[in-house]
Amino acid sequence: MEQKTNINALEGKQELTITRIFNLPVELVYKAYTESEFIAQWMGTKVLKLENRNHGSYEFETSHEGNVMFKANGTIHSLIPNQEIIRTFEMENMPIGVQLEFLNFEKVTENKSKLTIQIIYKSEKHRAEQLKLPFAYGLNMAHDKLQELLTN
Amino acid sequence: MKLRRDVFQAIADPTRRTIITLVAASAMTPTVIAENFDYSRQTISKHIQILTECELLEQEQKGREIYYRLNPNEMKQIADFIEPFRKMWDDRFNSLEAVMKKHQSNSI
Repeated sequence: MEQKTNINALEGKQELTITRIFNLPVELVYKAYTESEFIAQWMGTKVLKLENRNHGSYEFETSHEGNVMFKANGTIHSLIPNQEIIRTFEMENMPIGVQLEFLNFEKVTENKSKLTIQIIYKSEKHRAEQLKLPFAYGLNMAHDKLQELLTN
Repeated sequence: MKLRRDVFQAIADPTRRTIITLVAASAMTPTVIAENFDYSRQTISKHIQILTECELLEQEQKGREIYYRLNPNEMKQIADFIEPFRKMWDDRFNSLEAVMKKHQSNSI
């Protein structure tokens, strides 16, 4: 079965591509990326700043139980409503560095759309740092799951 | 995710899992790793040794210091590394879809 979310990360490259098919009109997917209220809801983050204009910038802050877990920021290079966002993204105090993101919004049908995010890292090593984080988290999850199976 | 039996034994211990999470973020010396725990340096060294033996961690000599990091050879199994990343995005996008569907039905 075709997965709704796909990652394409070729070995030896410093970029990766994320694609996702949404059962939503393209306007709503674009809206989810450009309105603070919606970003806050689906990303579970506080939007401190979001300037939706060419050369604007943004800042997110994510907390867990009252503690700030991470801060992210970036510059919006350019936007074409319902089509494209070109921006940078950086998680503060992380070894991943600044990444350049090309977000492409495509209408498939009235109620179906495709989002393609091409992310370019400083180097292949920086890309690996990004991929390692969910992997380490995944190890914890895999263990917890097994533990659960063993105790039940 | 495929895990070899020895790898599973390595991650069965919560201290060792914390060490993996620490060095996943950045390579660290045993001293810096030990500073994150209340255990003795010897105890932490033992955990690091087990993680190194099953190839989850690898050593890197930088000047006089030895740094430990997640083994990049494991990165050859790149699909295994990508799956948790894909899952993270899949969950996020499912959430986006749910939030916007709710907004869509509220505005009709």
